[in-house]
Amino acid sequence: MAEQLRRPWPRGMIGRLLDSDLFYSFSRSPVTVLAALVTAVMMGAAAFAPWVAPHTPFDLATLDLLDAFLPPAWMPDGDPRYLLGTDDQGRDVLSTIIYGARVSLLVGFAAVFLAMFLGVALGLVSGYMGGMVDAVIMRIADVQLSFPTILIALLIDGVARGLLPRDMHEEMAIYVLIFAIGISGWVQYARTVRGSTLVEKRKEYVQAAQVIGIRPWLIMLRHVLPNVMGPVLVIGTIHLAIAIITEATLSFLGVGVPATQPSLGTLIRIGNDFLFSGEWWITIFPGAALAILVLSVNLLGDWLRDALNPKLR
Amino acid sequence: MPAETPPLLEVRDLRVEIPTRRGVLVAVDGVSFHIEEGEVLGVVGESGAGKSLTGAAIIGLLEPPGRIAAGRISLEGRRIDNLDAEAMRRLRGRRIGMIFQDPLTSLNPLYTIGRQLVETILTHTDLTERQAREHAIGLLAEVGIPSAAERFDHYPHQFSGGMRQRVVIALALCANPRLVIADEPTTALDVSIQAQIIALLKRLCREHGTAVMLITHDMGVIAETADRVAVMYAGRIVEIGPVREVIEQARHPYTIGLMGSIPLVGHDVERLSQIDGAMPRLDEIPAGCAFHPRCPHASERCRRERPERIALGNAEVACWHAGELAGRGAVTAGVVRERRENRNARTGDGRPLVELRDLARHFDVSAPWLTRLFSREGRKVLRAVDGVTLTIPRGTTFSLVGESGCGKSTVARLVVGLYRPSRGTILFDGQDYAKLDSHAAMAPVRRRLQMIFQDPYASLNPRWRVAEIVAEPLRAHGITRDRVEIRDRVGALLRQVGLSESDARKYPHEFSGGQRQRISIARALASRPEFLVCDEPTSALDVSVQAQILNLMRDLQRELGLTYLFISHNLAVVYYISDYVGVMYLGRLVEWAEAKSLFRDPKHPYTRMLLDTIPDLEMTGRRRAPVAGEVPSPISPPSGCAFHPRCPLATARCREMRPEPLPRGDGGEVACHAVAENRLPERAPRETPLRQEAD
Repeated sequence: MAEQLRRPWPRGMIGRLLDSDLFYSFSRSPVTVLAALVTAVMMGAAAFAPWVAPHTPFDLATLDLLDAFLPPAWMPDGDPRYLLGTDDQGRDVLSTIIYGARVSLLVGFAAVFLAMFLGVALGLVSGYMGGMVDAVIMRIADVQLSFPTILIALLIDGVARGLLPRDMHEEMAIYVLIFAIGISGWVQYARTVRGSTLVEKRKEYVQAAQVIGIRPWLIMLRHVLPNVMGPVLVIGTIHLAIAIITEATLSFLGVGVPATQPSLGTLIRIGNDFLFSGEWWITIFPGAALAILVLSVNLLGDWLRDALNPKLR
Repeated sequence: MPAETPPLLEVRDLRVEIPTRRGVLVAVDGVSFHIEEGEVLGVVGESGAGKSLTGAAIIGLLEPPGRIAAGRISLEGRRIDNLDAEAMRRLRGRRIGMIFQDPLTSLNPLYTIGRQLVETILTHTDLTERQAREHAIGLLAEVGIPSAAERFDHYPHQFSGGMRQRVVIALALCANPRLVIADEPTTALDVSIQAQIIALLKRLCREHGTAVMLITHDMGVIAETADRVAVMYAGRIVEIGPVREVIEQARHPYTIGLMGSIPLVGHDVERLSQIDGAMPRLDEIPAGCAFHPRCPHASERCRRERPERIALGNAEVACWHAGELAGRGAVTAGVVRERRENRNARTGDGRPLVELRDLARHFDVSAPWLTRLFSREGRKVLRAVDGVTLTIPRGTTFSLVGESGCGKSTVARLVVGLYRPSRGTILFDGQDYAKLDSHAAMAPVRRRLQMIFQDPYASLNPRWRVAEIVAEPLRAHGITRDRVEIRDRVGALLRQVGLSESDARKYPHEFSGGQRQRISIARALASRPEFLVCDEPTSALDVSVQAQILNLMRDLQRELGLTYLFISHNLAVVYYISDYVGVMYLGRLVEWAEAKSLFRDPKHPYTRMLLDTIPDLEMTGRRRAPVAGEVPSPISPPSGCAFHPRCPLATARCREMRPEPLPRGDGGEVACHAVAENRLPERAPRETPLRQEAD
C-alpha cells in the first residue's frame, strides 16, 4: 500500500533521493551510517593518496634506512613524523596503508565490474533465451560453483602467468589478478539475473514489447535489464568486500601484486615476517585497515540487501 | 436499534489508522454497524475502501503498524477490541471464524486437511480426538467433498482450488462459531466454482444459524447472498440497509453510480453510466463528504461538512442530498438507460478481418528427458488450444468466454504472434500470418494488430516514463523519428484515452489501475492498428473503473473502426461489449453465435450452465443450475466430447465421439451430440425463474 501513496516529491534529484525510502531506512540505521562514513573516508583517502598520505613510501629518494623499525608515534622511541611507525625499509606504515588500500580497492572494483558485466550479460541471455543456451551457461556456472572461489582464482592466476612471458609478469600482475578474481565471481550475478529475468520475462510489459515487434536483444537491454539491476547492486556491494579479501589472500600467498606496488595483502605478508620479532605494527595496522574496510563494505551491502529486498537470501 | 438483547456483533465509530513516516493514514473512519444472529451482512466497496481492514480489525488480525485508534467492537454485548492477544486467540475460531480469499495459501501445505481440522476442533472444543475426527469428516461431507472419509488424510495440494475453498469453509465452521468473516471468499475462483461456493456458504450458514460478514467487491455476490448490505467508500460506510432496498433504490450517489456501472445481461445499453475518477488514495481523502469530487450532485455543503448517516426508509445513507436523490438510481426499476440501436450496423462492412482455421497449440510439459528415462514415462502434451475455427468480421467484437484453462488466453497469444501455432492457420486480412517467420516480413502485420493486457500493474515497464512507453511502437515501426512529431502524437494519444498531455512525463507508479489501463490502450493504439486483442482488460479493475474502460473501448471502436478479439470470464461484460461470442471448453470452441442470440437461446449444455453462473443482480429470485464439478486437466482431457463428465445429457456416444460443429440456425454453430440428436430439453427464457434444482 505504501508504494501507492503519492508523496509530495521535493524538486530535483537530490531532493528526491533525500525523500526516498532508501534514504529513510539508511538514516534510521546508525551502523550503516557509520559504515558508509568509514568506507567513504577510506575510499577518499585511497583515491587521493598522493595528497593525503604524509609520505610517498615508494619514492626511494625520501626513504632513510635509519628510520627503519620505528614504533608508532605514541610509544617510547616513536617518531611524531611516523604516526603508525615504519617498516623494515623505513617506510611510513600509514602511507603504505593508504597506497595499499588504493591498489586493493582498484583491484576490487575492477574485478567486481568484470564479474558483474559477465554475469549480468550471461544471466540475461540465459534467462531470456532459455533452452540450450540456458542449459549450457548454467551447467558451466554449476561446475564453477562447485569449486572454492579462491581455488578458481589461483588456477586462473597460475594459467595466466604460465601463458605470459616472464618479463611481463610484474607489469601484468595487477591485470591478471583482476581477471582471475573477476572470472571467479560471475556465477552469483548470472544466477540472480537469470532468476529475475525469468520473472520479468513473464510480465506483460515484456509481452507487450514482443507484440510491438521489438527485437529480443533490445527487449533484454531496454526492458528487462533495468528491472533486474536491483539485486545486482546488492551482490556487487557484497562482492566488493569478497574481492578485496580474495586479492589480499592471493597477495598474502605471494601470487598477487608485486612488492613494488603493494596492496594491503602484500603489506600484511611483508609485516608477517616481523610479527614475532616485536615489530607488530608493520602487519597489524594494514590488517586492521583491511578488516575495517571489508567490514564496512559488507555492512553497507547487508543494509542494501535488506532495504531493497527483504526476501533476497 | 439497541434492543433488550444486544446484537451479535456491534461496531461503533471504528477508526483504523496506519501510521507511516509521512503521517497517519486513516483507512477506516467512523464505521458503525451491527450484525444480528444468523444474519448475512454484505460489505461491498472497491479496492481501498477499507472493507478488508474493517474485517481484520474485528477479528484482531490487523497487520502492524495498522491499529484501532478509536471506537468499540462488541461481540454478544462483550467488548472485544481491547482484549489481549491470548483472549483474542481463544475467541478466534470458537466465536468468530474467518474465510480468506486465497484457498491456495490459507491451508498449511505440510499437514493433511484432516489434521488441520482435528487440531482446530480440539483447540476450541472439549471433544475427544475420536469425536473430533468424526465431526471433521461430517463437516467435509457437509461442504461437499466427495468421499470425505478417504480424502481426510489428503494434503491440500491434492485438492483443486474450489475444493480447497470448501475445506477452508469447513475449517472456519468447525468450532461452530456464531460469526464468520468471509473476505472475498470467491474472488480467486472460477465463475462456475464461484456460484457453487456462494450456494454452499448460504446453505451452511442458514443451517447452522451462523451470521456472516461477507466482504466482497462483487455486487452480484451480495445480491445473491446477503440480507443487508453496507456500501463502503474511502474508509466510510456511505449506505447501509436491506439488500433489496439498496440495490433497487440506491440513494447515495456513489451506490447509484456503482450500480449503474455494472453491465447486466439482457440490458442493451450503448454506454454504461460511469463515475469519473477513482477512489482517493488514503493520504488524500478530501474534506467534507469523501465522494464529493466524483459526485454529480455535490454542493458547497458537501465540500465542507462531512455528512452523518440518516435513516431513509429501512436504510441509512450518509449524504446531504439523499432525500432528493432517493429512487433515482434504481437498476431494475426503470433507470434511464439509453437503448442500443441496431448494434450490428457499425463501422464494418462485414468482410472478415481475422480468420482462424483449425488453430491448435500444444505445449510439451513432460519432465526432463533424464527423468523420463528413469521413470519410464512418455512425453506429456498439453493441448491448450485444439482446433479452433472462427471468423471475426471487420469492425466487430468477438468475445471468447470460458473457465480458466479453457485456452482462451492462448488463442489471444497465438493471434498476436506471441506463440506459434502447432497446427492450423491464422489469416489476417487474407494473409497467413502464422507462416511468416522473418522479423521483417511480420513487421507490416504487427503494426496492424496490437494487444491490451490484463494486469495494468505488470503491463507497463516501471522504469519508463509514460511518454517513452506510448512512443515505443512509433519508434519500433519507424513510423516517425522526429522528436516533435512523436511528442505531439503521444499527447494526442493520451488525450484520446482520457488522460492529459502532462501525464507523459510521469512514471507508471504515479497512476491508478484504471489510468494505467488507459496508458496501455494508448500504447496499443500508437501504431494505428485495425485489430486489438484484449485479454481480460478489465478483470483487474474495480467496477466503476471497469465501466470507464469499457465505455472508452466502445468509443474507440466507433471512432477508429477497430475490430476486437475480447477475452473474458465475466459474462455480463461480454454481453455488453460483444457482437459475437464464442464459448470455449478445454481447448475447443463448443458454441459460438451472435451475442444477443447466444445469451437468449444457448444450446450447448455448457453454455447454458455457464450462463446460469451469472449472479442474479436484478434479484428476480430465479433458481440457477450452475455448472457442477470442475474442469478436468487439459493434459488428459476426457474422450469424445470433453464436457461429457459434467454434462447431464451425456450418452455413450458423447463419451466416444467428438461432436462436430453444427449450424445453430442463426449463423452460429454448436458442437453437441444432444443438439444433433434433437434431445435438448427446453430452456425457460431468461427473464422468468427457472424451475431447476439449485445448491
